[in-house]
Amino acid sequence: MNSNVQIQPAAAPAWPMLRTLGGIAMISGLLVVLVYLFTAPIIAEKQRILTEKAVFRVLPGAVSKQDFVITEAGGLAPAGEGATGERVYAAYDADGQLKGAAFTGAGAGYADLVHVMFAYDPGCQCIIGSKVLKSNETPGFGDKLDLDPEFLKNFKALDARLNADGTALANAIVTVKHGSKTEPWQIDAITGATISSNAMGRAANSAAQRAVPAIQRDLATLSDTH
Amino acid sequence: MAELPNTQETLTADTFIRGLWEENPVFVMLLGMCPVLAVSNSTLNALSMGLASTFVLVGSGALVSLLRNWIPKQVRIASYIVIIATFVTVVDYGIQAISLELYAALGAFIQLIVVNCIILGRAEAYASKQRLLPTIVNSLGTGLGFTLALLSLGTVRELLGNGSILGIPLFSDNFQGWVIMILPPGGFFVLGAWLLFFNWLRLRKERQATEQAGVTANAV
Repeated sequence: MNSNVQIQPAAAPAWPMLRTLGGIAMISGLLVVLVYLFTAPIIAEKQRILTEKAVFRVLPGAVSKQDFVITEAGGLAPAGEGATGERVYAAYDADGQLKGAAFTGAGAGYADLVHVMFAYDPGCQCIIGSKVLKSNETPGFGDKLDLDPEFLKNFKALDARLNADGTALANAIVTVKHGSKTEPWQIDAITGATISSNAMGRAANSAAQRAVPAIQRDLATLSDTH
Repeated sequence: MAELPNTQETLTADTFIRGLWEENPVFVMLLGMCPVLAVSNSTLNALSMGLASTFVLVGSGALVSLLRNWIPKQVRIASYIVIIATFVTVVDYGIQAISLELYAALGAFIQLIVVNCIILGRAEAYASKQRLLPTIVNSLGTGLGFTLALLSLGTVRELLGNGSILGIPLFSDNFQGWVIMILPPGGFFVLGAWLLFFNWLRLRKERQATEQAGVTANAV
């Protein structure tokens, strides 16, 4: 008798287990959905303000902006609700004149990807400003990307002209060793923060290679839309 | 059904204070070391991480305590993890809604609260056996103890590494930050120093207690 009892393990209560897990999953789902519905518009608004602030910072004098996405055909289309694709932000001054365009790029740095916003001036066909949006670079070294005045001079008029077909940059933007910058499309690295400087160069190059041909192709759209 | 052990705690001040000091999750139990070392590089990060974890502790503890009679013991860990993950998701959205910069600074460590052993430990060792009110009070104490520990690392590291507290510079511009304090090794240094200090305090107290006992014994 006794052995019989031992062979039968305490029957796993299937129904209570199902009921518990199902019930907890439902409570969890409900809670997450409620919080999501409540916070989603707030987060979207914060994101919009953050982007706007960054655009106005890299293009001083701009007071309004309009979002565009790079289309598959390599042009620009106004970004509607829920549009996907890489964004180009056109910024306008108080008179509604096109001040420039901004786009973001990322390059692998020392710790993680360095995300940067660049300002582009279609007139001089060059990058005229930069701002690091997100980076985990070593404090005191990597954060010079946004603060070191010597380094920021690189982005006053960084050459980003297009080739004859208008499909890519005539000269790829590259980071060179500190003190060896000779061409306007080169970035002079920060001594002691070479990896972070390289990340910045790669971010600028990859972003400009995609965005600049599109901006130049549909420049009229950018200027007119406003 | 898990049988309820007959160890229901009555709510006292100790229910709360224990987590702050005697059973401090970081300095005494050495739990949750990963976020402690990783996000204590500034006062603000430490404070927000501590409060986020406290929220998850209290929320998940309360729900586990409420459901304790309905959770069969075979699926209790799975249930706790789902409950904890829910509150972590809530905190995740909450912090994004409060500040995207803060969210970026805390990085993956918000999501990683799910695997913080302090929280699962409290759910298993306390919330699953106790009534709602003591659970909330005890979780709050443990959470604040965790916050306190994070803050004691965060303030020291920010002060030495950046010369500021909560971003407000305290020294003149001549102060050269001790950068390593903000980097990962700084977390180990400062944690080690605090543990050394607390152990020295404890040993001194014990020695004084034995000496006291010796004096009393001799007198008798």
